[in-house]
Amino acid sequence: MNDQLISVQEVSSAAEDLQARDTAEPIPEHIVEIVSDSGEGAQKCGQTFGIVSARMGNGVWTVEIIPAEIQPPARTPDGASGIRIRVGEALMTNMGNEANLVVAFNEQVLRSRLASSAYKAGTVVLLDNMWASDPSEDIRTQYSEALEEFAEFGLEVYELPIQTECLKVVPDPRKGKNMFVLGMLSHIYSRDTEQALNEIANIFSRKSEKVISTNQDLFRAGYVFAQKNVPYHYEISPSELADKSMVVMSGNQAVGLGVMASGMEMVSMYPITPATSASHYLADDFHLTGGFVHQAEDEIAAIGFAIGASYAGKTACTITSGPGIALKTEMISLASMAEIPLVIVNVQRGGPSTGLPTKVEQGDLLTTMFGAPGDSPKVIIAAATISECFHFVTLARRLAESFRIPVIVLTDANLATGVQPFERPEVTTDWFAAPVDQSDWDENVPAYDWDEETGLSARAIPGMRNGGYVLTGLAHNRHGKIAYDTTSNQEGSDMRSLKMATLAGTLNRPEIHGDADGDLLIVGWGSTLGTLEEAVDVARENGHKVSSIHLRFLSPMEPGLKDIFSRFKKVMTIEINYSDAANAPRISEENRRYAQLALLLRAHTLVDVDCWSVVSGHPLQPGNISRVIMDRVGEIGGDK
Amino acid sequence: MFGLKSDWSLSANDRYFTLDDYARSLPRWCTGCGDLGILAAIHRVCRENQILPENMVSVSGIGCSSRLPHYMNGYGFHGLHGRALPVACGVKSRRPDLDIWVATGDGDCFSIGAAHWVHALRYNMDITVLVFDNGIYGLTKKQTSPTTPEEYLTNTHPTGALLPPLNPLTISLGVSNISFVAQMVDWNPPLLYETIKAAHDHKGTSFVRIIQRCPVYMEALNLEMMDDPANLLLLRHEDGIPVPEGVDRLFENQLEHDPSNLPAALGIAADKSKMPVGLLYRNDEALCYDELSSVGLDMTYEEKLAGVNAALDKFSV
Ligand SMILES: Cc1ncc(C[n+]2csc(CCOP(=O)(O)OP(=O)(O)O)c2C)c(N)n1
Ligand code: SF4
Ligand SMILES: [Mg+2]
Repeated sequence: MNDQLISVQEVSSAAEDLQARDTAEPIPEHIVEIVSDSGEGAQKCGQTFGIVSARMGNGVWTVEIIPAEIQPPARTPDGASGIRIRVGEALMTNMGNEANLVVAFNEQVLRSRLASSAYKAGTVVLLDNMWASDPSEDIRTQYSEALEEFAEFGLEVYELPIQTECLKVVPDPRKGKNMFVLGMLSHIYSRDTEQALNEIANIFSRKSEKVISTNQDLFRAGYVFAQKNVPYHYEISPSELADKSMVVMSGNQAVGLGVMASGMEMVSMYPITPATSASHYLADDFHLTGGFVHQAEDEIAAIGFAIGASYAGKTACTITSGPGIALKTEMISLASMAEIPLVIVNVQRGGPSTGLPTKVEQGDLLTTMFGAPGDSPKVIIAAATISECFHFVTLARRLAESFRIPVIVLTDANLATGVQPFERPEVTTDWFAAPVDQSDWDENVPAYDWDEETGLSARAIPGMRNGGYVLTGLAHNRHGKIAYDTTSNQEGSDMRSLKMATLAGTLNRPEIHGDADGDLLIVGWGSTLGTLEEAVDVARENGHKVSSIHLRFLSPMEPGLKDIFSRFKKVMTIEINYSDAANAPRISEENRRYAQLALLLRAHTLVDVDCWSVVSGHPLQPGNISRVIMDRVGEIGGDK
Repeated sequence: MFGLKSDWSLSANDRYFTLDDYARSLPRWCTGCGDLGILAAIHRVCRENQILPENMVSVSGIGCSSRLPHYMNGYGFHGLHGRALPVACGVKSRRPDLDIWVATGDGDCFSIGAAHWVHALRYNMDITVLVFDNGIYGLTKKQTSPTTPEEYLTNTHPTGALLPPLNPLTISLGVSNISFVAQMVDWNPPLLYETIKAAHDHKGTSFVRIIQRCPVYMEALNLEMMDDPANLLLLRHEDGIPVPEGVDRLFENQLEHDPSNLPAALGIAADKSKMPVGLLYRNDEALCYDELSSVGLDMTYEEKLAGVNAALDKFSV
């Protein structure tokens, strides 16, 4: 901390009431947003706030607020860029409902957040008042009109001279205001200033000393400013997590670290939002484990390259998003047919087609499962948390190699950009892929020596003497020979499918969140875990018999579903993908198109599984889901 | 075991491989198909270099030509139409110890796989790429390929190919970081052998377009070229493809061409009046991507573990 500034402040004539206000009010959690035009650094500010909070032992969940365009016009609702940080005493598992406190760099960006129901009456807004005195009359009018709108809604707006204060430290506050705001928030939430100053030094570590010290000065100025002028001062005590060794990162960083911890040596990719940042991370750190990021000429080449490496004994990973998965389909089918281990991470975004590149959707479940010619069994697992983004990559590599099969890890834009602390994994050398086996192959063992009980077979790797075989995507017999006869394709298909049953036999039943029987069972998958469980908890607190399960394995399915379902009056999935609402015009039982997991579960269990889903591009919020749950509970006349 | 090499030197490996050691099942190409001669030449190069069969990986796409891995000992990868090159590059990326052959067709390489062709040339990984160019889609029965000469009748263009054919040589020579471009005809076994040998011995991606006869669908095209050797231009140079004695007499057109001269190579490639055979271009200095992609191969598990922990440290709270 800069002693000078603080001590100046201390001896300054701070009013008595400010002193009183300085006793921090304990709160269990808060949702904070920072919104600005894009390029003003709100996200960096929020990420740093999140990281410092995590370091202090708080639970944290962050969600980026991403403008619709790359360079949106300044001061427009569509240009709203920023971040939401939910910080609390306990582990935070989702973005929560309406924000408690917002810092806004202009009033227009607030309007888009209001329109997305991000705020409630009573949400505190700390707004830069520079626009009130803008030379343009239009802007002054827009500003005062917006303020009226906000007052009507019930926002508690504090107009603060943020720009003016920053100008005292830097000539152009466009770059730097974010650190001033970080200082403000650090006082408001009693954040550890030393941690924050270190983090600032980290952020600008590639820049000059001068840049670091200026940003630290801005931070201090913001801190002191809030101390003097903002009538809020809170404290959020550390959770039980504080005693554990934790790491904090985004889901895409977790995927990248997962690749390194799995011992995989190569990621082959083609840039596509929101998957790319995983490779950005790897491009920085992969050398620490001797790995290489290959940026291919397109997604087909990317997966082809990874398949080549895998075939040669170095199981590789390709990371992509929806449209990239579409292009990789033929190769995934080849990996399935020719039994090549391979890890494919699909960071799902909004679809169809190019869709909503930066937004979240769980729209690729069916395409990853069925998007292939013929029957192409593969393993599909979906990470529900950022910690799982990390751990599932190693799981995927192991499954891929043991079952000689492509494994798809589904994550999504919400996990990709969200930041959350989790327990630091204790990686050991056992996590790493075994060295490439170059021992002699027994020439009496065929290339696909399918075990009739399991479908499994050992794999010859180039370099193994006597192991030579020709891998082909054509129908082949157990010797790997092309075979168009009447039995070979059936046998191969049976064996590849049998592996799925073998794997399914090793899985546990899903854990039930809540009671094992009741009125309504919610089934979810992927990044919605925290939201769904929070909404279920609210319903249960209100006396409703609601429980939930959250599937990690989607192919093969986790066992026991039919039995679990049979103990509830109604079963429904809640998903972020498209489905027809049951009561929509023209929609009947015969033509209703179900959400993706619901469709699978209906086929899998023959239970009349209902669904609720949206494709708004937004993560689910517990408040909305509570309403969905209450509606369904009402429909089935559930007991209270 | 030991054996004599063609220069009379003795191979004293404890294993000596004969032509049979490089063969697998009997080829199922049509009688008279040029692919058979190419296969024979590859086998001879393998024997000459005494490549360890288990270290050989033959990668192909889909087409008549892409059947090649089934006729090669060692490991084979008969993958997807157009996608041999990314797979081959991937194999090489973390296994620089393997010896990679790619067999691809004119449709496979110049049409569906065109993006990979251009980029693989630029990666310049140490692989040998043989394009079996019969000017037609053979496997799928006579559709127009990118190199089908204009006005040749095909099943997709029964009144004749509509567009002038693509020129694989000028395109290849136009790719930055290109390191080896040769062209040969399948019906001159000694020269074909020398060409494939030079391609295989070159470090980097060696691209060889082999004009290949498809007597079933393109007989007229082949006859035209074979009947009139004046259509061919033999490129000769001390740094080029060695021309076995006697073979040169078959070529009435010969040109002394320095394969390090790229502008000259482009000129020869662009000249439609004659089909050049021999080495158009070679650059032994071009950057090989496999040297970049194979970084860290020698890392120990302990070093990797330390690396993972160092990476995690950056995120620890
Ligand atoms: C994705 C895909 N599209 C089309 C095909 C059908 N197909 C197989 S081989 C081929 C063309 C082969 O021509 P070429 O590459 O010149 O090889 P040739 O048979 O002449 O040796 C086509 C179109 C396929 N197998 N896969
Ligand atoms: S169709 Fe043509 S290219 Fe194919 S095997 Fe027969 S002769 Fe050869
Ligand atoms: Mg062809």
